Amino acid sequence: MQAGLLTLKPAGLYCAAGDFFIDPLRPVGRAIITHAHADHARAGHAQVLATAETLALMAVRYGENFAGATQSVAYGETLGIGGVAVSFHPAGHVLGSAQIQLERGGARTVISGDYKREADPTCARFTPLVCDTFISEATFGLPVFRHAKTAAEIDKLLASQRLFPERTHLVGVYALGKAQRVIALLRAAGYDRPVYIHGALEKITAYYQEAGIALGDVRRATGAGDLPGELVLCPPTALNDLWSRKFAEPLTAFASGWTRVRAHARQRGIELPLVISDHADWDGLCATIQETNCETLLVTHGEPDALVHCFRQRGLNAEPLHILGYGDEEADAPPETGA
Amino acid sequence: MNRFAALLDRLAYEPSRLGKLRLMTDYFRQVGDPDRGFGLAALTGALSFRLAKPALIRMLIYERVDPVLFDLSYDFVGDLSETVALLWPGKADETAAPPPGLAEVIETLESASKLDLPRVLARLLDALDETGRWALLKLITGALRVGVSARLAKQAVAELGGYSANDIEDLWHGLAPPYLDLFAWLEGREARPDPADPARFCPAMLAHAVTEKELAALTPADFAAEWKWDGIRVQAAVGRGPRGKIIRLYSRTGEEISAAFPDLVDGLGRAASESFSLDGELLIVRDGRVQAFGVLQQRLNRKQVTAALLSDFPAHIRAYDLLALDGEDLRALPFAERRQKLEAFVAAARVERLDLSPEIAFASWDFLAAARHDPASAGADWAAIEGVMLKRRDSIYVPGRPKGLWYKWKRDPFAVDAVLMYAQRGHGKRSSFYSDFTFGVWRAATGGDELVPVGKAYFGFTDAELRLLDRYVRNHTTNRFGPVREVAYGKDEGLVLEIAFEGLNRSSRHKSGVAMRFPRINRIRWDKPAREADRLETLERLIIA
Repeated sequence: MQAGLLTLKPAGLYCAAGDFFIDPLRPVGRAIITHAHADHARAGHAQVLATAETLALMAVRYGENFAGATQSVAYGETLGIGGVAVSFHPAGHVLGSAQIQLERGGARTVISGDYKREADPTCARFTPLVCDTFISEATFGLPVFRHAKTAAEIDKLLASQRLFPERTHLVGVYALGKAQRVIALLRAAGYDRPVYIHGALEKITAYYQEAGIALGDVRRATGAGDLPGELVLCPPTALNDLWSRKFAEPLTAFASGWTRVRAHARQRGIELPLVISDHADWDGLCATIQETNCETLLVTHGEPDALVHCFRQRGLNAEPLHILGYGDEEADAPPETGA
Repeated sequence: MNRFAALLDRLAYEPSRLGKLRLMTDYFRQVGDPDRGFGLAALTGALSFRLAKPALIRMLIYERVDPVLFDLSYDFVGDLSETVALLWPGKADETAAPPPGLAEVIETLESASKLDLPRVLARLLDALDETGRWALLKLITGALRVGVSARLAKQAVAELGGYSANDIEDLWHGLAPPYLDLFAWLEGREARPDPADPARFCPAMLAHAVTEKELAALTPADFAAEWKWDGIRVQAAVGRGPRGKIIRLYSRTGEEISAAFPDLVDGLGRAASESFSLDGELLIVRDGRVQAFGVLQQRLNRKQVTAALLSDFPAHIRAYDLLALDGEDLRALPFAERRQKLEAFVAAARVERLDLSPEIAFASWDFLAAARHDPASAGADWAAIEGVMLKRRDSIYVPGRPKGLWYKWKRDPFAVDAVLMYAQRGHGKRSSFYSDFTFGVWRAATGGDELVPVGKAYFGFTDAELRLLDRYVRNHTTNRFGPVREVAYGKDEGLVLEIAFEGLNRSSRHKSGVAMRFPRINRIRWDKPAREADRLETLERLIIA
């Protein structure tokens, strides 16, 4: 399949003119990486091009030798690769996340990566781009996904903490992005007690703090006692682990856009669903696509059918782009990626 | 409405029975009359307004949302009420008039004519927020599904006054929403309401499952044995009210089902006694032979009770127990005595649709085990037998599931190894997961062996296994047909599932010619190659008649 300057190969989206892949699923010669979630950023490429933050987060996760060679690119900077002008622009998803813009002979293609439109104190805000071909994610590509106001969800968590002061509130969060965002949102709501975290969140949280994001007093939960009434952040998979049982009558919350659908929260045994997402909701996806002014829309991972239907009606050339392997958040790197 | 909607929402997430009780009791304590009474009526299924059919709700949402977007959303969410609640265009002005209370909502619905209902419902939905819309739609489609039985709700309300659910049950059929007299009694403000219902429901006595090993510790002579009939457990209550004879048929949980069985109600009305309460099994009997559950199910599935249905599926009660007779409560008598009275009652009643569940004479567990294994050779009317029941001869009739008195000893399930072929997204708790699995077995075909679908199962696995199965489906999809995915299967690839089931019927509706009863996934055989799964011939040997 042809997608602007790109073709779809088994390893992922490929640009023949520049001889590079975007977020390839298996090791390749040259890879451009949108952001550091495990389903987009894999180890073992010969050359990697990404923002400095994405490269640093990949090194935190995979070790310093995750690629043969790396090159960092700043937001807004343009590189020429085989006659293709490649530039990175904020996607608002997690720290370092980028949309990739490709331009050649006046034709412009934008690959959104994962993105959200809502302001997030832990990363640069999404920049709208204009292009001919837009490749959008669609994690929440159904009109039932209209995320709640984030501040109200944090209030819900704090209200529950006041109501059940004897119970530890365990909050399931993805290790990269969601964990740090929830801590920052708690601070913005005036919460000044220590926030406890599972060991699996530690390295990435430390990197965010080094990168200058203020998160206040963050402590490791292990060995801190059973923490009645405290907030403990952990990977979603740890909510049902033996690990969770050492806390005082744990009450399980889960911060994710998926909890908008009751069955999802219930299926996971969640008692307090928090609709906090790092992906655009239906309104955000529609508004973004509209703003790109694109003629061709390709919709990747998640739920592409509704967006394709909607934008065909508005006269766009819209197609689903089935790339296996994205968005399967818990497949191989359980705690990390991003709903 | 908001407080009730919030209660339903919390109940839906609350896993523990105790937690649900506490949430409900707290609601009854905090909310005033008459709202809480309507809340209790909603939780016990006692509301009487005109229910909206799903088709009406679809019509309303199709007028407001692109049908294609609605269908895609519904497929994902798996629950009509929730999908509509999420998609319904919200209020533009959040500071508008406060949302209506539960009592007001219910009065509005009760007074709405059929013609008005769509407009009335739409106006209510406009006035509520997402949780409120969800709760209203659950109410009006008659499917709350928040994991609360009528019994649990009654227990929660009983706890207001330190009473038990049985105390409420004794009064229940004489009460009506919004239960002002009940709450007044529970809160010590008024005397106990008069339980004057002449045909009230007595909470049913249930049995524990038992294994052969556990039986070894029990003395055969202490027990009476009967067949375990595979129909629906019912209670028939007949009495004389101020306006004549009252005849009611209740389900095991106390829901009245008389309307669906006019043939039985008619038969019971002609019994010699004017007042009795009978515990038994509802079965279909044709030409003196009890029919398999599958036949009964065909009657249960019909919405309209037509003359043809009544003559093709004659309903029948096989009596287990006599709970009351001519105004006397028999429940405190030992089973052996009640049984004698029951035998005399059935003989005197001379009702064609009523007979006695026969006792199985046995002297040892081994003898009974042989009869359970092969009811036909033990002389039984075997098509609807799913095991044997054991009742202590000295057991009084205790509501609920008391320990050590009654046992059910079900027949062992059948098992077969089949190959996963298709998966579909589930509904309710499992929506958006691929949780409905169609599986097949091998049969000979012109081009060599092929897999033919033999059934569909959607439970038997744990939540953790469900996630593995869901991932397996996503990673092995070869074809998509709307909500259905076809997965890779063949001699050299495919996932083998061990399927347990209760029986097998011949079916012209299925390509394979067989239909399984109560199939579930017993085990996932990650280790077993698909080529080694079972063949259709193996199944055909198990077919009943």
